[in-house]
Amino acid sequence: MTAPRPLSLHVPEPGCRPGDTPDFSDFEIPRAGAVRRPAIDEAPEDMRDMAFSVVRVLNKAGEAVGPWAGLLDAEALRTGLRHMLTLRQFDERMLKAQRQGKTSFYMQHLGEEAVSCAFRMALQDGDMHFPTYRQAGLLIAGGYPMTDMMNQIYSNAADPLKGRQLPVMYSARDHGFFTISGNLGTQFIQAVGWAMASAISNDTKIAAGWIGDGSTSESDFHAAMVFASSYKAPVILNIVNNQWAISTFQGMARGGAVTFAARGHGFGIPSIRVDGNDYLAVHAVASWAAERARSGLGPTLIEHVTYRAGGHSTSDDPSAYRSKEEFSAWPLGEPIDRLKRHLITIGEWSEERHTQALAEITDEVRACQKKAEANGTLISGPKPSPRLMFDDVYAEMPPHLQRQRQEAGF
Amino acid sequence: MPIEILMPALSPTMEEGTLAKWVKKEGDSVAAGDVIAEIETDKATMEVEAVDEGVLGKILVAEGTENVKVNTPIAMLLGEDEDASALDAAPKAAAAAPAPQEKQAEAPAEKPAPVAAAPVAPAPDDVSDPDVPEGTPMVKTTVREALRDAMAEEMRRDGDVFLMGEEVAEYQGAYKISQGLLEEFGAKRVIDTPITEHGFTGLGVGAAMAGLKPIVEFMTFNFAMQAIDQIINSAAKTLYMSGGQMGAPIVFRGANGAAARVAAQHSQDYAAWYAHVPGLKVVQPWSAADAKGLLKAAIRDPNPVVFLENEILYGQTFEIPDVEDFVLPIGKAKVERKGSDVTIVSWGIGMTYVMKAVEELAAAGISAEVVNLRSIRPLDIDTVIASVKKTGRLVTVEEAYPMCSVSSEIGYQVQEKAFDWLDAPILRVTGKDVPMPYAANLEKLALPSVKEVIDAVKAVTYTA
Repeated sequence: MTAPRPLSLHVPEPGCRPGDTPDFSDFEIPRAGAVRRPAIDEAPEDMRDMAFSVVRVLNKAGEAVGPWAGLLDAEALRTGLRHMLTLRQFDERMLKAQRQGKTSFYMQHLGEEAVSCAFRMALQDGDMHFPTYRQAGLLIAGGYPMTDMMNQIYSNAADPLKGRQLPVMYSARDHGFFTISGNLGTQFIQAVGWAMASAISNDTKIAAGWIGDGSTSESDFHAAMVFASSYKAPVILNIVNNQWAISTFQGMARGGAVTFAARGHGFGIPSIRVDGNDYLAVHAVASWAAERARSGLGPTLIEHVTYRAGGHSTSDDPSAYRSKEEFSAWPLGEPIDRLKRHLITIGEWSEERHTQALAEITDEVRACQKKAEANGTLISGPKPSPRLMFDDVYAEMPPHLQRQRQEAGF
Repeated sequence: MPIEILMPALSPTMEEGTLAKWVKKEGDSVAAGDVIAEIETDKATMEVEAVDEGVLGKILVAEGTENVKVNTPIAMLLGEDEDASALDAAPKAAAAAPAPQEKQAEAPAEKPAPVAAAPVAPAPDDVSDPDVPEGTPMVKTTVREALRDAMAEEMRRDGDVFLMGEEVAEYQGAYKISQGLLEEFGAKRVIDTPITEHGFTGLGVGAAMAGLKPIVEFMTFNFAMQAIDQIINSAAKTLYMSGGQMGAPIVFRGANGAAARVAAQHSQDYAAWYAHVPGLKVVQPWSAADAKGLLKAAIRDPNPVVFLENEILYGQTFEIPDVEDFVLPIGKAKVERKGSDVTIVSWGIGMTYVMKAVEELAAAGISAEVVNLRSIRPLDIDTVIASVKKTGRLVTVEEAYPMCSVSSEIGYQVQEKAFDWLDAPILRVTGKDVPMPYAANLEKLALPSVKEVIDAVKAVTYTA
């Protein structure tokens, strides 16, 4: 027997820190079209390979190839491009508004636009999303008024949430968008509960839960997986792996697992990794998972592999913890460019049309912003009424709250 | 001398059970460790093993007998040299029956005596429940049955109501609250869950957002600590945060507070914790009528309701109005007993100390008015104030810790609203400010006692 050696603690480290040269050569990326498309009723144990590869449709030449291609026509693709451009423009305007003090806080989607925009188009009205704070594409692609989103961000007199929630913590039940929780992960298990309720009620609607790579460490993630697995809940469980949980690189939450998608294997949940910067791939995988859920085949775990190109929020400066060159070295590119190139490649788009569309979208977002600012911003104009402050604590207002409202002068 | 074989207790809170089966017959030889009988309670079944060897001389309680009190002799065991004639010399079974439960509770801890008082029906009083029409016939019901009946009636009434939790279906509830529900409503409405309170609480919140009305059973609220994020940050706040778009009509219920011999981590009272939070309603029933009427109201309530039960109360029998649809309003206290010298406010298990204390106080010539709060949030302070304005003195009684307790809140509100009516400082009788110890003598000390209630009343009435 050898003498015991002193133990030492392993601390995971990202491949690249500020000043280093980004290197994603360890990230094995299959060619577009190379990954198979299993039948929706294939046994989970027969498709474990799907968690270790990446479903991709768009190739470098801008063509849509392989078994996951062919679901969307040119009109649907142009709509998708428009949604992503709108979301990016919306982000730009709101980032500026934050710097102007019109709101205290904002969270942008830069580089991740395809994930929520494409996913929304694979689901139907009436389905319910339990998103995180970085899936506003679900609202934009779902037709929710941008002015109302801005009213919420400005917390003004027309804020649908009556001045109660942090900026970007939208809530829109009729648009299938659950109230965003500031406590990470809670919504993931609630999505499973919502889906099980739909099944108990013999309804046809399905739910989608969303969580970030970092928050998969929360117990909510694991509880959601247990319940979804045991009760075959009609739910799509999405992990958006954008590489960074604020300053914590994704390896901290992933630990010894090769991929986040592989977490599904222990629960017997079919798990697929998808190129989150490929609009067509996200849409195709989401459609596949939705079909499984609607057919009573149970949950699917999707890991959207993407990159958070911007800061975590307006309170974050990523240059302190990661290389500025990382996004340009990111091997999956940028979602808007990729869809645009595809549309041009198939002869359904042009630089001129793109410039024209961008100008229209910019005008549209500006017009919405103007309308919203007429209702007030954080620093000026009308504010949410204190009269409403005591509403909705309970379904009916109890007497002590009526008294408090009267004491406040309303 | 023949040895008495006594009715054993399956748990410290067991008071009685059914002698289901005799495995040995009279005249059979018995070795130590042999199974001689099977007993069952509404919680579980158990084999009774012989402790001594000998011959089973006489069976005193026939198989199939229900409600056999713990420590009642159930058989006589003859020693090696004894024959049946020895039995005549033994005390009669009736005479050997355990002393009244009240005394047992005072007995030294080494005896396996239940700490819980015997089931006591509240003394009839001249106080009629404002929510029950006069002349309504009453039926005897345990708190356990009342809770089950409330759920069953509401599940029959509304197809959106379902029950979910650990052991609620096949096992019929860890404390046998959900007896018969699986059989009647099936596995899709009475759902056994994996063991993750945090998980199934979040699941219930999601189901409530989808329009169903879940009843989430916690085996005890002690285990719900890990679920408190879902209860407070999601269930209680989402209606507000969503601008009124979506709330969670949901009931979180289960045993709360101390039982017996379950020590620090399983004995906590969470009333004050949850009552602190806007968006939640908090209910803590004492009697079977409270349990039934308030649980039905909680299930119908469009808000999240925390419904705090107590394991020791489950087996206690009370009179309950025999009406078709017995629902009590949440947020309304009940004057359980009228009096003129002092107001005693309590709720839940605290009421058991109070109801015993008032008898002794009456004998000492002190007339106490007893207010059973029933609900903690909303708090029916008006009923408390009205009583204090009459008596001028107030004692509150609860098992929870004193710091930031429900008593603290009542005391504050009473001095604010009835300061000029008070003739003495407000006193509170609470649990001691220590984690619950395990040992029976320490546990007893850590909890309030009838004597402490009496002492507090004597102090505020200056009759000590």
